[in-house]
Amino acid sequence: MIIAWVLAVLLFSLSWLTDTERSIEAARTAWSLFRRILPMFVIVLVLTSLSLGLISEEVLLELLVGKGLLAGSAIGAAAGSVAAIPGFVAFPLSGILLGKGVPYTVIAAFTTTLMMVGVVTFPLERQYLGVRAALVRNLAGLAMALIVSVAIGVFFGELP
Amino acid sequence: MKKDRGSPFPAWAVLIAFAIFAALSAYLGFEPGTRSASNFLSFVKSMTGLLPPAFLLVGLFNVWVRRETVEKHLGKDSGVRGYFWAIVLAGTMVGGIYVALPLCVVLQRKGASLGVLLTFLNAAAICRVPMTIFEASFLGVGFTVIRFAVSIPLVILTARAMSSWLGEGFRITGSAGNKS
Repeated sequence: MIIAWVLAVLLFSLSWLTDTERSIEAARTAWSLFRRILPMFVIVLVLTSLSLGLISEEVLLELLVGKGLLAGSAIGAAAGSVAAIPGFVAFPLSGILLGKGVPYTVIAAFTTTLMMVGVVTFPLERQYLGVRAALVRNLAGLAMALIVSVAIGVFFGELP
Repeated sequence: MKKDRGSPFPAWAVLIAFAIFAALSAYLGFEPGTRSASNFLSFVKSMTGLLPPAFLLVGLFNVWVRRETVEKHLGKDSGVRGYFWAIVLAGTMVGGIYVALPLCVVLQRKGASLGVLLTFLNAAAICRVPMTIFEASFLGVGFTVIRFAVSIPLVILTARAMSSWLGEGFRITGSAGNKS
């Protein structure tokens, strides 16, 4: 968290000294991006708070990890493939889940499939690539996402 | 600038409903309700700590790195450097596949090879810098480094395999919009 602040302040000062006008534009871009994402953000935060509060963290953790990392990652991957939420919302949400004890492996399965597999965007992709190529690209994306989550699991010591 | 108010429930209505629910829960001693409310407050607190620098970094990236500059390098280079520029270009993207696919059509007309284009398409999903800033901020730099180290070689390999399977004659068509 401190790194993000230090980096942002440092780079912004540097940018300010180089080109004040551009820096103002950068701040304005940041603000407009934030404003655009805010409504969705509020809704996701409320839903997350409610589901963690009402279902109780134990039950949620049981669902995501209780059956083992494999089942948890499968749920994560399924959610990530079907969901179409922007990274600006998905990563903060993942950070929250991580804080609640959801393993990195499961988080990785969710975030990487979110990026690489698009069930919702498939019709669009098909128009550009054709059914076969689009299907293969998505399946390859799923395979890559699973490899990435295994690597993440090993790195964080969750997998042997 | 168009504003998208896509959601059927305005966010403020959700927020007010949640506030009423939280107040009622506190009044009636409904424990799951008060727990939700305290969850919400702690989330908002941690978000306000991280969102401003993360969005500011994205804004800086947006004004200082121009996509068009990188785009020039593609099309001409189709060797190893082509793959390199494909990933760099993907890094500069803001939108996801909605923006990457139409760009692929343009780049293919400019002469970029299929392997490079497919690398770009997948890299545009996983290497976008603005998204990566958020990933590293909320999940840690280690997470991001591992993900990159593992997925970039895989993306290139997959793209090469797919392009030899599809053949160099394969066209990415813009049938979604303009068929030329």
